[in-house]
Amino acid sequence: MVEFTLPKNSKVQQGKTWPKPQGKRLKDFRIYRWNPDDGQNPHIDTYTLDMDKCGPMVLDALIKIKNEQDPTLTFRRSCREGICGSCAMNIDGTNTLACLKSCDEVKGDVKIYPLPHMPVVKDLVPDLTRFYAQHRAIEPWLKTVTPEPQAEWRQYPDDRKKLDGLYECILCACCSTSCPSYWWNGDRYLGPAALLQAYRWLIDSRDEGTGERLDNLEDPFRLYRCHTIMNCAKTCPKGLNPARAIAEIKKMMVERRV
Amino acid sequence: MLKKTPLGQVLGLGSAKAGTEHWWHQRVTAIAGIPLVIFLVIYLLVHRGASRAEITESMHNPIVAILMGLTIANLAWHMRLGLQVVIEDYVHTYQTKYALLLLNTFFAVVMAVAALYAILKMSIGL
Repeated sequence: MVEFTLPKNSKVQQGKTWPKPQGKRLKDFRIYRWNPDDGQNPHIDTYTLDMDKCGPMVLDALIKIKNEQDPTLTFRRSCREGICGSCAMNIDGTNTLACLKSCDEVKGDVKIYPLPHMPVVKDLVPDLTRFYAQHRAIEPWLKTVTPEPQAEWRQYPDDRKKLDGLYECILCACCSTSCPSYWWNGDRYLGPAALLQAYRWLIDSRDEGTGERLDNLEDPFRLYRCHTIMNCAKTCPKGLNPARAIAEIKKMMVERRV
Repeated sequence: MLKKTPLGQVLGLGSAKAGTEHWWHQRVTAIAGIPLVIFLVIYLLVHRGASRAEITESMHNPIVAILMGLTIANLAWHMRLGLQVVIEDYVHTYQTKYALLLLNTFFAVVMAVAALYAILKMSIGL
C-alpha cells in the first residue's frame, strides 16, 4: 500500500541554526541533513549567507556554506554549468540542478532537499543505483543486424534532427524522481528518463532493433504506468519533454498492431 | 541469500508483452463514452420526475433501449479498466491487490448484467 506518512526514523526534525554573518542582503538556506552514522532522524539545518559575498546560483551558496561554515555538508557537484547532472536536488519544491538555479529566483528561504523518494546516502546525496540500472535496461546503444559499413553508419540530416530534444538528456534524474508513478512503482516502472532514452533509440534511423525494443517495453508497468502527469516535462532542467517521448512510444505500440 | 543485481531487479520477470490493448481500450471506451453520456444526460433531463410506467414506456423504443444498453456496457468496461489501474498503482500488498482486482472485475460484470437485464425487461417485457 502507498504510505502517506514517513516511517518513524525518517520523520524530518528541526535542526541547528548556524550563526548569522554580518551583511545587508542576508538569505536563509534551510537544508536537509541526514548522517547514516549517527543514528539520528533527518533534520533541517538553517544557514544564513550574505548574498553580496556569494555567487548567484544555489550551488555557489552550497559550496560557500561547505567552505566557510560547515564542512560536513554533503552534496554531489562537478561541472557547475548544467552538463554533468551531478547537483540535481529538490530546491524550493522543484527538482532541478543547483548550478542552474539562481538564489534570487527563490522568494524567501531557500529550501533544499535531496531528490524525492530515493534512498539517501547522506544529506543531499541520493542512491541512484536503480535509476542507472533502468537506463542500462533499455539497452542504450545502436543495435544492427546488417554488417557494419566500412566507414560510419550514415544518416540524413532530417533523421538526425529527430534526435534533437532527446540526446541532450544528462541523466540527472530530476524527471524520474518528480513522477508520482515512479515514486509508487519505481521498482517496475522504468521512469521518464529511461523511457526518453528508449525513444531516442527507437526513432534512430540507423537502429535495427526497433521491434525488439518495443517488445521489451510493452508491459503494464515498464511503460504504461505513465499516466501523463507531466511533472517530468515541467521539472526538466534541460527543457526536454520526456512525456512527449513516452506518448510517441505508446503511439508506436498501437501503430504496429492496427 | 544475496539480492539480485540492480539490473536483475529492474528486468524482474521480464516484459509482459501486454498492456497496449488495455491502454487502447481505455481510449476507445473514453471516445465512445462522449456521445453515450450526452445521450444519457439528455435522457435523464427529458425524463425528470417521470413515473415508472413512463420509463418503461420509453424503453419500448428500440433506439432508446439499445443506446441505454451500450451506455451501460461501455461505462462498466471503462470503469473496470480505470479502477484496475488505480489498484495496481496504489495497492502493493499481494493478497489485497489480487482480492481487489477480482472484486473490481466482479463488480463491473454484475452491475452491467443487472442493468442490461433491467433494460431488456422493460424493453420487451420479459
